[in-house]
Amino acid sequence: MGYIIKTTDLTKKFGNLTAVNKLNITVERGEVFGLLGPNGAGKTTAISMLSTILKPTSGTATVNGFDIVKQPAQVRKSIGMVFQDPSVDDRLTGRENLVMHANLYGVSTNEQKKRIKAVLRLVELEDRADNLLRTYSSGMRRRLEIARGLIHYPRVLFLDEPTIGLDPQTREHIWTYISELGKREDITVILTTHYMEEADRLCDRIAIIDYGRIVVLDAPQNLKEKLEGEIITVKTKDAERLSEKLREAKLVEEIAAAGDRLRLKVRSGHTILPRIVEMAASSGIYIEYVSLHEPDLGDVFLHYTGRAIRPEGGEEYHGFTAIRRRQMR
Amino acid sequence: MSEMRGVYTLWLRELKRYTRERTRIVSSFFQPILWLVVFGAAIRLPISGSTSLEYQQFIFPGIIGQTLLFTSMFMGISVIWDREFGFLKEILVSPISRGSIFLGKMLGASTDAVIQGIIVLLLGFVIRVPVSAVIFLQALPLMLLITFGLVCIGLSIASFISSLESFGAIQSFVNLPLFFLSGALFPLSNVPSWLLWVSYVNPLTYGVDALRTIILGSSWTPLFPVHYEVLTVCAFDAAMILIGTFAFSRRK
Repeated sequence: MGYIIKTTDLTKKFGNLTAVNKLNITVERGEVFGLLGPNGAGKTTAISMLSTILKPTSGTATVNGFDIVKQPAQVRKSIGMVFQDPSVDDRLTGRENLVMHANLYGVSTNEQKKRIKAVLRLVELEDRADNLLRTYSSGMRRRLEIARGLIHYPRVLFLDEPTIGLDPQTREHIWTYISELGKREDITVILTTHYMEEADRLCDRIAIIDYGRIVVLDAPQNLKEKLEGEIITVKTKDAERLSEKLREAKLVEEIAAAGDRLRLKVRSGHTILPRIVEMAASSGIYIEYVSLHEPDLGDVFLHYTGRAIRPEGGEEYHGFTAIRRRQMR
Repeated sequence: MSEMRGVYTLWLRELKRYTRERTRIVSSFFQPILWLVVFGAAIRLPISGSTSLEYQQFIFPGIIGQTLLFTSMFMGISVIWDREFGFLKEILVSPISRGSIFLGKMLGASTDAVIQGIIVLLLGFVIRVPVSAVIFLQALPLMLLITFGLVCIGLSIASFISSLESFGAIQSFVNLPLFFLSGALFPLSNVPSWLLWVSYVNPLTYGVDALRTIILGSSWTPLFPVHYEVLTVCAFDAAMILIGTFAFSRRK
């Protein structure tokens, strides 16, 4: 048995809304598996079903060989969970929260001290461990929750947006720890994230989901390679007119617009970039800024979902790519 | 084994949270004293069936019952609180069974409520009701038994309700009838028969009457023999624990 999680037509409906739609995923033992998707794509719902918090409307899944519907207790014994939203008791101290967790998961008292010390060092909360959680900043609470999820060594660790709202240094620490954890035998990590960089760095395989369905599933490297060519970003006040011109000239493969910015997918950036600038200049379109880069996972995401992920809110790429996608099929 | 540890862990958490709320403990003195000293002194009702009892002394066990009731029901809020602040999820994905989670929560909430009850019990000297060690040791387990069932009511309601506001509304909807119809404030020996029957359906009636018998001793004649009353309370507890466990174990 090479896999640890296998979902079969896993579906969850909330009234009319289908949050997860016939999801079929197989997660290999020991891999770091990423679930990527825009807000409301169904990532958290999928994880909630796999961790037995929600009951599937139809379909099922096995985790570590146990059925999530028929054997929820065994499933819960096999998993660890770091939630997206806070789930700590703020009237207790950091250490008390950790001890409580260790007790709930049956970690022996001797082992507890060692592990708590280790995770507290990891998230750099040693000196605050005996303060009440209500005195912690939100970043500190987040760090404590991650520490907590690591105390019992689960077979499968679910991390729902693990580094959201963390400063770069802490994020770096957590990433290092997660990738080490993934290498350790018999621990499989399922990660949901908005951050392309995070998925790219940590995951062995990534499933991009949107509207409750898998859009694409592959290793990050393969996903990026499928997106041959390069990306040119142009900033101009005449974005609409420029994109019309570009489409007429058939210079670029794909156009996505967000406000005054155009994201263009091209085969060979170095030869096409000057021609775009030239064309703009001859049509009287003033370009404020232009850049050329290799496709990253953000572009992969944009390519498959028609929406760019913007974790801090703000602009989304809409429209053109979606139209373009229809034309390509 | 690990289930027991889970129950203990959750019990300890409730207790820690409670003891850290100094203001709640201090304010818990206030309401019973108001009832005993102001209400009890103002309404100088003669107590039928007993010549030696003053009204204040008569309602004293009733006020203990009221404290247990109100505190127990209030503890239901902790479930909603945990859900609101996300902590409930942390417990629900742990390997501990739903039944044990409910038991831990129930025992923790009951302990808090009984501590409040003990505080009121020890206030007996204010109205010249001496609480000897023997009375204390008899009253304590009875208070626990009374509390278990009441806490289960609060927790069961809370598992069906998602907002703090509607819990508050339903809470007073349950609290006041149970309190007024329990014989806490007036003896049931000379009430209209319909009221008597309604009171007989109220589980708190038996708790309050048994408590009164233990605390006031020979100056009070119980409605039924005390061991029947205690058995009734136990049966109520058992039923409520079953209902509560069921309510708590539902999964969406």
